[in-house]
Amino acid sequence: MAAQGSSIDAMSQFELHPVFGHLGASLGFAQSNLFMIVAALLTLGLLWVGMSPRAMVPGRLQSAAEMAYEAVMSMCVDTIGPEGRGFFPFVFTLFFFILFGNLLGVWPYDFTFTSHIVVTLALTLVVFFLSTGVGLYYHGGHFFSYFVPQGVPALLLPLLVPIEVLSYLSRIISLSVRLFANMMAGHVMLEVFGAFVVMLAGAGIIFWIPSALSEAVLIALIGFEILVATLQAYVFAILTCIYLHDAVHLH
Amino acid sequence: MSDDPGEDEGPSFEERLKAARSRQGLDAPPKSPGSMPGDVGMSPWGIGLRVGVELVSALVVAVAIGYGLSLLFGARPIFIAVFVLLGGAAGVLNVWRMFAPGNDKWMQKRTGRGNRDGGGAGIKH
Repeated sequence: MAAQGSSIDAMSQFELHPVFGHLGASLGFAQSNLFMIVAALLTLGLLWVGMSPRAMVPGRLQSAAEMAYEAVMSMCVDTIGPEGRGFFPFVFTLFFFILFGNLLGVWPYDFTFTSHIVVTLALTLVVFFLSTGVGLYYHGGHFFSYFVPQGVPALLLPLLVPIEVLSYLSRIISLSVRLFANMMAGHVMLEVFGAFVVMLAGAGIIFWIPSALSEAVLIALIGFEILVATLQAYVFAILTCIYLHDAVHLH
Repeated sequence: MSDDPGEDEGPSFEERLKAARSRQGLDAPPKSPGSMPGDVGMSPWGIGLRVGVELVSALVVAVAIGYGLSLLFGARPIFIAVFVLLGGAAGVLNVWRMFAPGNDKWMQKRTGRGNRDGGGAGIKH
């Protein structure tokens, strides 16, 4: 799949294919959608199965569920402030949807739905409109003072306010592109080095050592991908919290 | 988790434990830069990518708006010319927000979280 003939086809892994035969084809239900559902079910399963013993001294899975809850809760409260408790369900859902989406992609035969800009842009738009709505809800029209920097001569405001507005709007692009670019670049790298291994191994016995070296790089890359998957989910969640903090507190 | 009946004594116990641990030299010295596992995002590549994304995203938004306005008010690209400059300024503003001294919420939250997690792990021992 990766190495067809003598060229490396690193991008076909991101193509969408309908699943579940005719039903999936007529519904437009692709493997991306399937793995979104898998990610949601895994999150639910972690909480449901993990918390079902309700033990005073938690086992492994219950510890994982409790730590997940506490980590996101402390992230919300530390970043947003006391109001952060209200946003906990949103941030938790977002964080675990992205985390499982990223981590599932490292698994063989699985699809990384966060490697499509459409998906990350949609998630970002939800965050953007929510934080703007929260700002308007908390502050009303006073929210727009967010775009007026303090301690600046009024003469400069016609220049600075558009810059602030552009900076605010650029969050949409930066948040979505950061996640999308990290996931896509990582998977292209995996595909390229995976193709190196196969192509070099097939090219003759003298290429077996370079092939083995590529394999070593590939193993290191998979470890790095797991790290990037977790880190990017964390970054997305913490930036969501920072944007909500800005909306709640203005400055 | 937080329904512990003895929680009101929590902070004082935590403080005493922290004092005892630091007396014994059990705690890692606080705020040693570059020692946290989460610091990988601060690698040169990570910083470069963050700065690049911030700069380019502001420019992309500005060009999109400028292009839209130019289409709206005829084909004269004056709006693109203006908005490219504004977008560049907004990108620099984004980067400044990221690295301004005392304004880096991201890093502050991280160090705060790291310390808290360390304390919590100490309790559970």
